[in-house]
Amino acid sequence: MTDLDQQKLAALAAISAATTLNAIEAERVAALGKKGWVSLALKTLGQMAPDERQQVAPAIQAIRAEVSDALTARKDALEAEVLGARLASENLDLTLPAPEAPRGSVHPVSQVMDELAEIFADLGFSVATGPEIEDDWHNFTALNMAETHPARAMHDTFYFPDRDEAGRQMLLRTHTSPVQIRAMVEQGAPLRIIAPGRVYRSDSDATHTPMFHQIEGLVIDRGIHLGHLKWTLETFLKAFFERDDIVLRLRPSYFPFTEPSVEVDVGFEVINGRRVLGGDGNAPGHGWMELLGSGMVNRRVIAMAGLDPDEWQGFAWGLGVDRLAMLKYGMDDLRAFFDGDVRWLGHYGFAPLDVPTLSAGVGAKETGTRA
Amino acid sequence: MKFSLTWLKDHLETIAGLTEIVDALNRIGHEVEAVEDPSERLAGFRVAQVLTAAPHPDADKLQVLTVDTGEGDPLQVVCGAPNARAGMKGVLGLPGATVPANGMVLRKSAIRGVESNGMMCSVRELELGDEHSGIIELPADAPVGTSFAEYHGTSPVIEVAITPNRPDCMGVYGIARDLAAAGLGTLKLIAIPSFEAHDPCPIEIRTDDPEGCPAFYGRVIRGVTNGASPEWLKQRLASAGQRPISAIVDITNYLMLGWGRPAHAYDTAKLSGAVVARRATDGEEVLALNEKTYTLDASMTVIADDSGVHDIAGIMGGEHSGVSEDTTDVLLEIAYFNPERIGVTGRKLGLSSDARTRFERGVDPGFLDDGLDLLTALIVQICGGEPSEAVRAGAAPSAPKVVPFDPALTMRLGGIDVPQAEQKRILESLGFAVGADWQVICPPRRHDIEGAADLVEEVVRIVGLDHVASKPLPRVDGVARPTATPQQQIERKLRRTAAARGFNEAVTWSFLPVPDAGHFSDGAKLWLLENPISDDMRAMRLSLLPGLIAAARRNADRGADGSRLFEIGRRYFRGDGGASDERTTLGMVLAGEKTTRGWATGKAVVFDAYDAKAEALALLEAAGAPVGNLQIMGEAGPQFHPGQSATLRLGPKTVLARFGALHPATLKAFDIDGPVMAVEIFLDAIPPRRGNAFARPAYAPPALQSVKRDFAFLVPADLPAGDLLRAVRGSDKTNIADARVFDVFAGQGVPEGQKSLAIEVTLQPGEASYKDADLKAISDAIVRAAAKLGAELRG
Repeated sequence: MTDLDQQKLAALAAISAATTLNAIEAERVAALGKKGWVSLALKTLGQMAPDERQQVAPAIQAIRAEVSDALTARKDALEAEVLGARLASENLDLTLPAPEAPRGSVHPVSQVMDELAEIFADLGFSVATGPEIEDDWHNFTALNMAETHPARAMHDTFYFPDRDEAGRQMLLRTHTSPVQIRAMVEQGAPLRIIAPGRVYRSDSDATHTPMFHQIEGLVIDRGIHLGHLKWTLETFLKAFFERDDIVLRLRPSYFPFTEPSVEVDVGFEVINGRRVLGGDGNAPGHGWMELLGSGMVNRRVIAMAGLDPDEWQGFAWGLGVDRLAMLKYGMDDLRAFFDGDVRWLGHYGFAPLDVPTLSAGVGAKETGTRA
Repeated sequence: MKFSLTWLKDHLETIAGLTEIVDALNRIGHEVEAVEDPSERLAGFRVAQVLTAAPHPDADKLQVLTVDTGEGDPLQVVCGAPNARAGMKGVLGLPGATVPANGMVLRKSAIRGVESNGMMCSVRELELGDEHSGIIELPADAPVGTSFAEYHGTSPVIEVAITPNRPDCMGVYGIARDLAAAGLGTLKLIAIPSFEAHDPCPIEIRTDDPEGCPAFYGRVIRGVTNGASPEWLKQRLASAGQRPISAIVDITNYLMLGWGRPAHAYDTAKLSGAVVARRATDGEEVLALNEKTYTLDASMTVIADDSGVHDIAGIMGGEHSGVSEDTTDVLLEIAYFNPERIGVTGRKLGLSSDARTRFERGVDPGFLDDGLDLLTALIVQICGGEPSEAVRAGAAPSAPKVVPFDPALTMRLGGIDVPQAEQKRILESLGFAVGADWQVICPPRRHDIEGAADLVEEVVRIVGLDHVASKPLPRVDGVARPTATPQQQIERKLRRTAAARGFNEAVTWSFLPVPDAGHFSDGAKLWLLENPISDDMRAMRLSLLPGLIAAARRNADRGADGSRLFEIGRRYFRGDGGASDERTTLGMVLAGEKTTRGWATGKAVVFDAYDAKAEALALLEAAGAPVGNLQIMGEAGPQFHPGQSATLRLGPKTVLARFGALHPATLKAFDIDGPVMAVEIFLDAIPPRRGNAFARPAYAPPALQSVKRDFAFLVPADLPAGDLLRAVRGSDKTNIADARVFDVFAGQGVPEGQKSLAIEVTLQPGEASYKDADLKAISDAIVRAAAKLGAELRG
């Protein structure tokens, strides 16, 4: 055994015994540093004759590689040990709760209004608005309810003591129908609008609140008739409830501002004690539910709004937005809509990204993630 | 209104069953609200005859009867009624039948050891009246074995909602006419029993108010006996939900419910002098039949005699001159009153009645003579007496309304093609006269017919709306165009931004208690309702915060740790010309705990004004407001903490939002524990966005890397940090890309009355990298600009 071999054995032993990175570094310098014994041995090769060099060089190179590999291996092992120790000290108890982000929600009334806007946009309707504090001309007279009309008394109207400059009695609008008048006056014809908004009636019990939401629809054009009204309501309700088996029953009725007037019932089935819309109301286990009032706009109303009733005709309807929301999403108490109870809002409200779109279906499906 | 099927069939010859009739009523516009079939309740009760009656061996008050039920062997029945006796006919409830009065199901049983196979029933047990002193005794000709329901004439009762435009159908006869037109059978003619009129009417009848009472017809009947009504009449009134009173009262009610024709009968013994329709005098009083006294005014028509008012015309008769059992002579009144005036009077008095409902909607002006004759004939038939000749003061409007009709309109408006001959048939069956040139003469009872569209409705409803075919609305080519207005788009973005930031959208009442609304009115004049449902709902809101604060309080009361609530709705100001000025606003409340107690710190965190500021800015940005140009100023309003609130303004005057902590006085007024933060965004103040291009500006990132430099300044303690930042940013607009505060400190090492603000400035080189001299020049400029605000660079 040469000296070099012995030195190698000693170095390998020292390397494997090293317990710190500093000790490894000391061994590296001792062997492979400028003045290390391997480096010195390599330097001797220059003074040798070619034959001798050819004999000795491979042995020295092999020793150099062996020591270098041992150094790297030991260094890696020591580093892994250090890292392991550090990680062991960094344990987190991940069963502890993460910071909570509050979950916001969109009110069902807003959600349903967005759904309605989406559906009716596809049918070419834009959204119109009008004041909630109205005058009696727009709320009644222009809608063919003169001052002495019995229907006025049936509206349970909230009045203000005030009159406007034209002497008109100020009141809270009892329906969204005055927007019909304003839209016709402002936009003329042809016209397709929906007008959602708050309305007010002096009425309060389990199913009535003094404030609620309606959506008015109005089409004024040439050659519009009851068949178009029927199609529009069927098409909209099928789209809104995302069911093709919605069946309507139209009944003649009376509203001063439409002639003919039509009350619309929709067929439902009782499933698990809940009314689910769909199917023929005359089928077994089914019934009819009154849903909305509608009709061909009375020519007096068209004239009152400044249009020529011989040229323009059309239809209108009005229905309760809160009621639509209840039928679709299953709430059973109207009063809770206006209480601002965060539990109710969290339960029945909608995720901000449940934006109604036609491509995804306007309705927001129950996800089953509610507690 | 309610009526029995039997009653309907008095006027309608039909083979249609109940279901067909109900369907037809719905189809032609008389919504059926309920159908009640009393025969179902009387199932299992039949007419029976007592054959023998013997004492019960074990009980003094009981008898053992054998009863013939019309089939099989007689049954043995134990009975306790004192009037039970051999030979009588009564009503037997068989085992299995349910006693209507108490719901008891009858069974075969033993009573004191004697077998009993049913029960002989009293009037009360069958809920036909109050009588309970014995069992029902039926006439000798009652057919044994028939079902009692059939014998008694119990008939299904139909309840319909008559729309206010159809007073002609506020009587069974009118409904029969409509059903006949719809093909359900044949309308029977009105049969008026004959009577003979003697002598002129002994009482003078006049109308001194031809506008309020154009026609007043009447006659006297002498020598009547006003007893109980006959069974057929009682049954009809009962089906309509009316309690029988006395024959004459019942007959007038029968006329009203059967033909939609209110009438009145006066006891002539209580009258003195002429009976006149006239205006009341202001302050005149009358005690009405409902036992309430009404004070009248000169706009109201009354029927009066020399002694005073006996009737609020068309609405309610007077107590004093009403008929009673002792009445022998009656004056009948059939009048035509001005419908609008009846409505006004009724509303003024707050008095509703079946008569008013019909008069104010319009009774048939062509049914005065026949109505009077029918009333007279029925009274004579039932109560006897000698009628006088009729008196007719004035006349009801009789000019027929003629509507030019184009039968093609039925297709154009109704969307259904009905042959002309069928249209003519329908109109004629409803009493319209159709001329060859389609001039349609309306029956005077149809006050609702205003024009051709009404005739279309008549045709369409009788043909059936279900025959109207759906027809698609024409639609524009291609994909639907966007329809939302900029305002609507802003509202939608705000709503979903707020929800995405963790807030629950609420909808609260538009009306508030006056003090709550007043607390936020800032001197603006509130809209106050004249007739609120309660005082808590009187004042229209001028801020969305009161409603949200109240909701947050309710949530806290229910144990919620915190509430993050917002609402988008209107505030109601006064506008031009007495109209309202309704401004769309977003309100937001941050109440209670922001984060609940957690393991990380062990402490709950409450909201502070910076949370409110963060929401205000995020929402304004979502709404497209130029947030980079906003000034933060004070004057959020007296409802806010003066030192912890601010407004966000575009220019000094335009307030886009206010935010901050609520004033302790506000918290106290709303009885809520603080601190509570609030935000209001005034959507009407946000300037409209300019331009509607889709393309963004070109992307041009700087070529060289930015450089950051820190500065610490000592400034006066009351210097707003924002002022210092603005000064720093403005000191070299070319090079300074941003400046932000990263430390605020006062206390040890900082002189009294001062604070230290540490600012990180980001410098963005343009063409060339900065040299030391460049950086020094920029730093010097920053320090100089800060010095103008009294800021001194810390060593």
